[in-house]
Amino acid sequence: MTFVKTKIELSRLQPGDTLEVLLSEGEPLDNVPRNAREQGYNVLSVEHVEGTTHKVTIRK
Amino acid sequence: MAEQKKLSIIAFSGDFDKLTAVFTLGTGAAAVGYEVNIFFTFWGLDAIKQKQGRAFIGSNWLTKVFGFMMGGLSATPTSRFNFFGAGPRIFRYLMRKNNVATLEELVEAAKALGINLYACEMAMHVLGLRKEDFIPEVKDVLGVASFLQLSEGGQTLFI
Repeated sequence: MTFVKTKIELSRLQPGDTLEVLLSEGEPLDNVPRNAREQGYNVLSVEHVEGTTHKVTIRK
Repeated sequence: MAEQKKLSIIAFSGDFDKLTAVFTLGTGAAAVGYEVNIFFTFWGLDAIKQKQGRAFIGSNWLTKVFGFMMGGLSATPTSRFNFFGAGPRIFRYLMRKNNVATLEELVEAAKALGINLYACEMAMHVLGLRKEDFIPEVKDVLGVASFLQLSEGGQTLFI
């Protein structure tokens, strides 16, 4: 579901826009950047925020 | 480019939990680039009714009573632990609390992802339902032969 929400948000953006997604460790953090790359989006960074939360920045 | 992968789901159940499975699988597949077709039949038609609560929809008194008893998306019971209708409320609470998409959110996601929603012609006939009774995102009314043609070459699930 995390990637579903990410994908819907990405579809609302213009090419070149960036999207920041906060993700928990484990499945969401493995899944979202991988699927974004597979679908041709540019994953700019994955940063640790706090605890188990990470921020992933994706460019359309 | 490789041919687009395809998932087709026959949504027979009108249970809250099973419909959650239908829409979780459907939206998950659509998000990773699958073509997704969902064919709603019999109890499953409750998920795509325009009126989400209980309403006397039908072509005669008997189907109208059935329509009221079946209800729409917000009236779907759970297959277990329904507790006379309290079950779905408890599950919705647990889903929200754990930041998991609720059934309603999943249906909205399915629309946003452009999943193809179809209604079963025969079940509609039996239950006295018309295409206008369904949400406008329902693409078409189909029979078995057309659904088989649509699902050919992909994976098919019956839920």
